[in-house]
Amino acid sequence: MYCYLCHFTKLQIICKISREICSHLLLFTAIVYFEKYVCNANNNSLTNTDNLCICFQYTFWNFIPKNLFEQFRRIANFYFLIIFLVQLIIDTPTSPVTSGLPLLFVITVTAIKQGYEDWLRHKADNAMNQCPVHFIQHGKLVRKQSRKLRVGDIVMVKEDETFPCDLIFLSSSRGDGTCFVTTASLDGESSHKTYYAVQDTKAFHNEQEIDALHATIECEQPQPDLYKPLGSENLLLRGATLKNTEKIFGVAIYTGMETKMALNYQAKSQKRSAVEKSMNVFLIVYLCILISKALINTVLKYVWQSEPFRDEPWYNQKTEPERKRNLVSFTDFLAFMVLFNYIIPVSMYVTVEMQKFLGSYFLTWDEEMFDEDTGEGPLVNTSDLNEELGQIEYVFTDKTGTLTENNMEFVECCIEGHVYVPHYINTISYFDHTLHYEELFFRALCLCHTVQVKDDDSVDGLKKNQFSRRSCIYISSSPDEVALVEGIQRYVCNQDNFMEILNRENNLEKFELLEVLSFDSVRRRMSVIVKSSTGDIFLFCKGADSSIFPRVKEGKIDQIRSRVERNAVEGLRTLCVAYKKLTAEEYSNAQKLLQNAKLALQDREKKLAEVYEKIERDFILLGATAVEDRLQEKAADTIEALQKAGIKVWVLTGDKMETAAATCYACKLFRRNTQILELTTKKIEEQSLHDVLFDLSKTVLRHNEFYSDLVCILSLNRLSTDMQDYGLIIDGAALSLIMKPRQDGSSANYRELFLEICRNCSAVLCCRMAPLQKAQIVKLIKLSKEHPITLAIGDGANDVSMILEAHVGIGIIGKEGRQAARNSDYAIPKFKHLKKMLLVHGHFYYVRISELVQYFFYKNVCFIFPQFLYQFFCGFSQQTLYDTAYLTLYNISFTSLPILLYGLMEQHVSADTLKREPSLYRDVAKNALLRWRAFIYWTFLGVFDAVVFFFGAYFLFDNTVVTSNGQMFGNWTFGTLVFTVLVFTVTLKLALDTHYWTWINHFMIWGSLVFYIIFSLLWGGIIWPFLNYQRMYYVFMQMLSSGPAWLGIILLITVSLLPDVLKKVLCRQLWPTISMRPDRRHLHQPGQQLFLLL
Amino acid sequence: MAVNYSAKEEADGHPSGGVGVPGGGAVGGGGGGGGGGGGGGGGGGAVKTRKPDNTAFKQQRLPAWQPILTAGTVLPAFFIIGLIFIPIGIGIFVTSNNIREYEIDYTGTEPSSPCNKCLNVSWDSTPPCTCTINFTLEHSFESNVFMYYGLSNFYQNHRRYVKSRDDSQLNGDNSSLLNPSKECEPYRTNEDKPIAPCGAIANSMFNDTLELYRIDNDTRTPITLIKKGIAWWTDKNVKFRNPTGDGNNLTALFQGTTKPVNWPKPVYMLDSEPDNNGFINEDFIVWMRTAALPTFRKLYRLIERKDNLQPTLQAGKYSLDIAYNYPVHSFDGRKRMILSTISWMGGKNPFLGIAYITVGSICFFLGVVLLIIHHKYGNRNTSADIPN
Repeated sequence: MYCYLCHFTKLQIICKISREICSHLLLFTAIVYFEKYVCNANNNSLTNTDNLCICFQYTFWNFIPKNLFEQFRRIANFYFLIIFLVQLIIDTPTSPVTSGLPLLFVITVTAIKQGYEDWLRHKADNAMNQCPVHFIQHGKLVRKQSRKLRVGDIVMVKEDETFPCDLIFLSSSRGDGTCFVTTASLDGESSHKTYYAVQDTKAFHNEQEIDALHATIECEQPQPDLYKPLGSENLLLRGATLKNTEKIFGVAIYTGMETKMALNYQAKSQKRSAVEKSMNVFLIVYLCILISKALINTVLKYVWQSEPFRDEPWYNQKTEPERKRNLVSFTDFLAFMVLFNYIIPVSMYVTVEMQKFLGSYFLTWDEEMFDEDTGEGPLVNTSDLNEELGQIEYVFTDKTGTLTENNMEFVECCIEGHVYVPHYINTISYFDHTLHYEELFFRALCLCHTVQVKDDDSVDGLKKNQFSRRSCIYISSSPDEVALVEGIQRYVCNQDNFMEILNRENNLEKFELLEVLSFDSVRRRMSVIVKSSTGDIFLFCKGADSSIFPRVKEGKIDQIRSRVERNAVEGLRTLCVAYKKLTAEEYSNAQKLLQNAKLALQDREKKLAEVYEKIERDFILLGATAVEDRLQEKAADTIEALQKAGIKVWVLTGDKMETAAATCYACKLFRRNTQILELTTKKIEEQSLHDVLFDLSKTVLRHNEFYSDLVCILSLNRLSTDMQDYGLIIDGAALSLIMKPRQDGSSANYRELFLEICRNCSAVLCCRMAPLQKAQIVKLIKLSKEHPITLAIGDGANDVSMILEAHVGIGIIGKEGRQAARNSDYAIPKFKHLKKMLLVHGHFYYVRISELVQYFFYKNVCFIFPQFLYQFFCGFSQQTLYDTAYLTLYNISFTSLPILLYGLMEQHVSADTLKREPSLYRDVAKNALLRWRAFIYWTFLGVFDAVVFFFGAYFLFDNTVVTSNGQMFGNWTFGTLVFTVLVFTVTLKLALDTHYWTWINHFMIWGSLVFYIIFSLLWGGIIWPFLNYQRMYYVFMQMLSSGPAWLGIILLITVSLLPDVLKKVLCRQLWPTISMRPDRRHLHQPGQQLFLLL
Repeated sequence: MAVNYSAKEEADGHPSGGVGVPGGGAVGGGGGGGGGGGGGGGGGGAVKTRKPDNTAFKQQRLPAWQPILTAGTVLPAFFIIGLIFIPIGIGIFVTSNNIREYEIDYTGTEPSSPCNKCLNVSWDSTPPCTCTINFTLEHSFESNVFMYYGLSNFYQNHRRYVKSRDDSQLNGDNSSLLNPSKECEPYRTNEDKPIAPCGAIANSMFNDTLELYRIDNDTRTPITLIKKGIAWWTDKNVKFRNPTGDGNNLTALFQGTTKPVNWPKPVYMLDSEPDNNGFINEDFIVWMRTAALPTFRKLYRLIERKDNLQPTLQAGKYSLDIAYNYPVHSFDGRKRMILSTISWMGGKNPFLGIAYITVGSICFFLGVVLLIIHHKYGNRNTSADIPN
């Protein structure tokens, strides 16, 4: 499907819409733009696709309706809206204000928050859309706002300016048609990348020449993947910055919302935490309770009313419209729903969200998690998952850059079986027979890379460099390459497609760089094709041993292989280097293939991979290098702590088995006594997969039975390390065999078996993983039958898939760019910070939010259940027990702040203890505080308290006088008494649960109670002129003037709190959780003294 | 010098590779210092000071009191609560028991009752049906006596009933007087005239008249019943007000309104005394305070103790004259007259005392149980860690 577009600049853009390319996410966009283009083609006019970048959601005019619509799409808000509307429409016991006001509050707060965020986006958009851009019209340079830019316009960008849209690079002020770009604002990589102008246009250097250009560009439908740019390296992305180049010309191909940057703004899929899920389940339970309460009352009402003197006694006649009303039972049901709707509180959502949002600041504020070296602290990209950090059962970690520093040091190289270490490289006097190979080896290392030299005076620098020993800085996106190039110290400069290196006689050798077959994680190698000054064409290839050895036809393979393996065992990263010489014919063939593949519009990657496969073969092996990647500080300590906390740590790496295993030993994932089980390609070749799996499972399971018996007998500490534990090593190929679905449907069996083995291993190492396989593993565990909570941590682009897949994704703000950090939920500077993040912050967040959720339900059961009971005494007439003001303010102001503060400040055990004793983490594992038992306990506590409040007040008031002047109290005093007991009990219950009383807690808890008293005094103290009823007038004061009311309040509060105190004490005494033990050790002494005293 | 290094290397462990590589002699372009940093995510310099403040709040290290509920700390609390509650309970119980209370049900459902003839009385029966009930007080009532009427099965707390009033009208608002709130329906207007006071509550005001006589040797001495001071002071003086206007003539002020349907006479004729007439009539105010429960009592009259030598009501024979106007039989209701003395804690109510004693005892008992548990299990737990 092609459509054509004519522009006044003499360019035509042909947009090809290929459905295959559009992922289903983009389908919508694609269709929309397709229609636009069709329309354009017909009109031959230019009305759309200006460079307006719209990130904001709302305009000034549509803000209110659109925002409201968005908000009421949330099920909870919608429920409250329905309740509110019901209150407006039918005659309900409570005024619409009682639910309207809280809802309004929630909606307003959210709207303000979203409005503010959108305003910020507006501002950013404006800054972006209005920044001036130079572009060329009719041969002249014109300055216009960026938003006026259209597809096909030719733009001039100067040094240090940001590209205003996605451009095709036409020509540069640099003679060789290249320019340098940093994409720091896109992916955080600050290295300079080289881009190349389109060959045909790189000669156009001024406005007139450019203007005379007449060309057609064929381009793909816009797509968001930053890392799959147009095949040729001449697409300059919006948001990147031009460096080291005076100016360039480019033609706009994607503008506005079609740029890759804009497409990348698309929100990630929402992750929901386990707490949120249980909260929703509880909500459903409460909804059922609510409905059944309303149903019971409705039915009872009709049973009770069946006698006419009850329905309509002479003193209480109905009005005519009331008598004639239809559907009375249904409206009655709705009225009861409204009466009891507070059991599902609006404010819970606000409080939970505020707790999460504000709570996440403590993470970013944590000094211990700040890294002085990089000047980075933790980043919170989403606060929705805070509490999930306290629930982690599996940690999947990347190796390079996560467990290790990713700070590479060149250790040695092995050329033709001879080993050299860096100190000696430059002073080697070569053996004659190896001379040739050594020279080639170093050439290969010097040429086959993507390193750049960073120097300020780029052109002259070269000459100066040669003799002055000025140090220069190498920049590359791959630290391995930097280490290698630094180690060799011979690489000089990369300029004008020429690379210059020094040979051993210190002469400059010049190579022309013909092609770069760039690195990718599937091929695990890269190649360059260069032409030496003598005209020979070489292909140098560098890559992982597994990807090189199969392609080698000669060289000292065995010697090198053994060296590589030995290095790998020591935890070094090894690379193999190979070369082949190309004839001119071979080269031109290769070039043709490459060119075709690069220009392909569909399946470009696949085609490129095929071409690479064809070119990169029949190598001559030169040697291997070894680079050491040191462990990050405290990596071992962190892993040990995580394992003690009951978290299973899996290492997923692309590295080879030996290297990875060595790292695992170094960071104590495997111990000396760990029995290693291997599930590797090699082993599977020997036996069938089926046999291997069954053998392993037999070993593991037999041991496990024995082990659990032992535990039962000795009831020993589970963590004792003298027990035999297993470590599993699996590689990518074996994994894909296990995962591969089979015709006979036995794959599920393998998967189960594999999971069973994994579950019984203390540590698992997966090596040779492709990025997608990492995600596969995470998914496999995530969906296994226990549904464990997983965490993935990594630093590179290859970890993004698993970071997105896991329940919690953590990015290390590391060296391989910021992609992982950008896609993660949380980002931390170092792996060691994971310990505090999970053990301390996660634990706290979980304890806080679970209490918050349970407490919210509890306090609303306490609040509403007396209303329910009251219906039995007021003829099921939906009479409220409490005054409207109390109904409205209970959740908003009387009881909301203490729990919010608890949710922010509570520390049931000190942070130091949590950090010191990782086993405390097990206390909250498996959502312990939100299990059904806990939920039922809280609910029953709420019901018990409610019964105490109501019947306490009932017996106090029942047919008797409670004042010393003989005067009587009415129903509002009754309700106020219940409400007072309620507010005090609920607040004091929280006070009992608070283990960490800062002055803020004191202020909030006692402040809330004082506020309640002051409010009640004020509310009942005046005849409020705007109200049409004065039922609360002096009710509170009169109540306080009565002695029995005081005595009753004190008694009822005591009785309500008694069971909870008792439960707490007994649990601590008889069934203490681990976290209660450290405290008890300190407190045991005074207890005993007391015992002696008594 | 080219050596196969394998042996030597093993001995050295890992030679430190690229760090601090010498400049490379005559070879230019070397010196790799800092090369590794190149790929780092341009943090360092660009961001000024992202380092968080070291404040106690931000580091979650605010000084805090960290109480823990253990058997040790809770034990004394239990004993103290027990020790405080039991005496209080006993005190309340004794006080409650010392209160004299006498109750007569005069509904007249039993055929033998003198009021049986009035059982099916209607609102507008004139002259009112009267009946007399004789009773004997076994004990004398020493202090001031409060006379209540009690109703049962009367849902004053029914929603339709509770809201059927207009507080602005009762507060003397002239516009509400002539245009009462819609909530008063169906007792809002009668024959196109606004009802004052409107609403179901006012309409159903209790209108039996109770008179108490002491019988001494067949002579009936009336006992003075005081009808002031039975309503809340704030209700009488602030919440309830007669309409304002020229002069104090209530009849004129209530011009344009009509009496509630069930009332025999309009609101401005409730009492002869002007400060107990109209909306501020105390019987009316007491009735307007809706009761919490379907069985309730309301203060009717006060009997003050005359002198210190004689009890307010001596033991002996009394008779209660009732003008039986208020029909309760239709809804299965009961009517009672209660005579009661009052202490500092109100009327007779054994509940509070018993509850205090019970809770106090439970606390004490729990204290003992906890003590045993603490003693028995306290030591064991420190030594054995039971994995859960």
